[in-house]
Amino acid sequence: MKNTVEIRWHGRGGQGAKSAALMLADAAFMTGKHVQGFPEYGPERMGAPITAYNRISESPIRVHSNIYDPDYVVVVDETLLESVDVTAGLKTEGAIVINTTKSVEEVRPFLKGYSGGIYTIDAREISEKCLGRYFPNSPMLAAIVAISKVMTKEDFFREMEGSYKHKFAKKPEVIEGNLKALHMAYEEVE
Amino acid sequence: MAIRERLSGNEAVSYAIKQVNPDVMPAFPITPSTEIPQYVANYIANGEMDTDFIPVESEHSSMSATIGASAAGARALTATSSCGLALMWEELYVAASNRLPLALCLVNRALSGPININCDHSDSMGARDTGFIQIYAENNQEVYDNFIQAYRISEHRDVRLPIMICQDGFITSHAVENIELLEDEKVKEFVGEYEPENYLLNADQPMALGPYAVSNYYMETKMAQNTAMNHAKKVILDVGREYGGVSGRSYGFFEEYRLEDADYALVIIGSAAGTAKDAVDALREQGVRAGLLKLRVFRPFPDEEIAKALSGCKVVAIMDRSESFRGKGGPLGAEVKAALYDHAKQVRAYNLIYGLGGRDFTVNEAEQIYKDLEAYDKAGKQFEEYRYVGLRG
Repeated sequence: MKNTVEIRWHGRGGQGAKSAALMLADAAFMTGKHVQGFPEYGPERMGAPITAYNRISESPIRVHSNIYDPDYVVVVDETLLESVDVTAGLKTEGAIVINTTKSVEEVRPFLKGYSGGIYTIDAREISEKCLGRYFPNSPMLAAIVAISKVMTKEDFFREMEGSYKHKFAKKPEVIEGNLKALHMAYEEVE
Repeated sequence: MAIRERLSGNEAVSYAIKQVNPDVMPAFPITPSTEIPQYVANYIANGEMDTDFIPVESEHSSMSATIGASAAGARALTATSSCGLALMWEELYVAASNRLPLALCLVNRALSGPININCDHSDSMGARDTGFIQIYAENNQEVYDNFIQAYRISEHRDVRLPIMICQDGFITSHAVENIELLEDEKVKEFVGEYEPENYLLNADQPMALGPYAVSNYYMETKMAQNTAMNHAKKVILDVGREYGGVSGRSYGFFEEYRLEDADYALVIIGSAAGTAKDAVDALREQGVRAGLLKLRVFRPFPDEEIAKALSGCKVVAIMDRSESFRGKGGPLGAEVKAALYDHAKQVRAYNLIYGLGGRDFTVNEAEQIYKDLEAYDKAGKQFEEYRYVGLRG
């Protein structure tokens, strides 16, 4: 477990946090890693808080529990800061990245004195600018890869381009926008 | 060369189904197994397999239609979970008593109520006396491998019993992990064609299936089923060994993890075994001789083999992911204790209930159980023979 990076995603049903975790697992897998990507299922409904997880490792992963002491946390919906203990167990050597229009200083009071890295990113603005609609998961995915460095920038963009081409084979018009959103988010937190 | 992939447990078993390409699959969707018929239906629609898919109106009907297809002489299967399995109940006995070698892909989860969609083993443990062979998996790789072996076991002429290929709901079914797949040709060659001996569509040999059996016949039928279940033990081992030659992964009744010289062991089924293995390694580093027996085959129950594997242990904890309400533990606990009573009385055994309704089971909790076993052994500390772990504080 020592060479395993653990990531916890907090989002709301319908925002794509689970999909983002699975996309991250996919991209890491393509770079030769052992991966896990899995959601924690509560009552499934739009807007309900959901949690998803990633383990990314150089060696096979056997543990099948949720993640309680993550290296990184991604908060896809800032309204969760008031209701969910997003920094619970988060390692101080790690970091949290939050989708918000607020500054780091503005969100700090919600983070229970967390002393590790804190990043904010306006995924709504990026998404609306690049895609014309609000899909926060692509920008958040790029942000966590830039922060955690679970793979190189080159590997990430190469794998995501391949992944989008496959995923959006019937909607090629959205590929460019998604890639643009990834780049913009990556560079913002880099 | 094995194919390196990443798939969820549902994707993995669906891929195995595609490679085996059975004749008929009737199914009704239920969380969290819904993805299995969904993926299979996609493969069929895309022309990647030619199984006849029958959408039915309930699980009672899906098992009935699977029975009908199997009786007709087809290689048949269905998939379900939880209450879906419960609704099949009477049909499960019909499948087994008619000696139909059909397959059921089960995604284990809790039964209502309270309403809960998450993992435990209540569904399949409740069906343990139906006459199905039951094989469990730790992860996506094992459920894939187990399905490829399924028909070789169930269709064997010494067996001819239905088989349940189980995996943990969500924990395995919905988790994407690395996996190694076999090439289609290798799978096809390993599984082979189904050549039923007695079947309804054989016009040359008219037969009745499922007739009324008066008291003069019923009991012999049950005896014959039990004999077949005993025969399944050898077949499961033979097939598991042969599969090792094809895939590099051999299978037996159970996996022994650092058990050979262990003082303290967990007996456990399914995905939690992987978590407990991490605890075993951590404890070994601290000098605690911890080990694990991960049970793969629950029906037929390998009692003598389990007792032998545990015979060198001082204290063991039998981990049940379902409750039997006998007031003294769960089904695995009862059966392993019976095995120890018959074959290894010196081993002290405790029965712990964990993980009901998706309650998480962590490495720390597993470590604590081993430490409890050690404390009991060294200080003569007494435990309740049966207790729940992982309850809210």
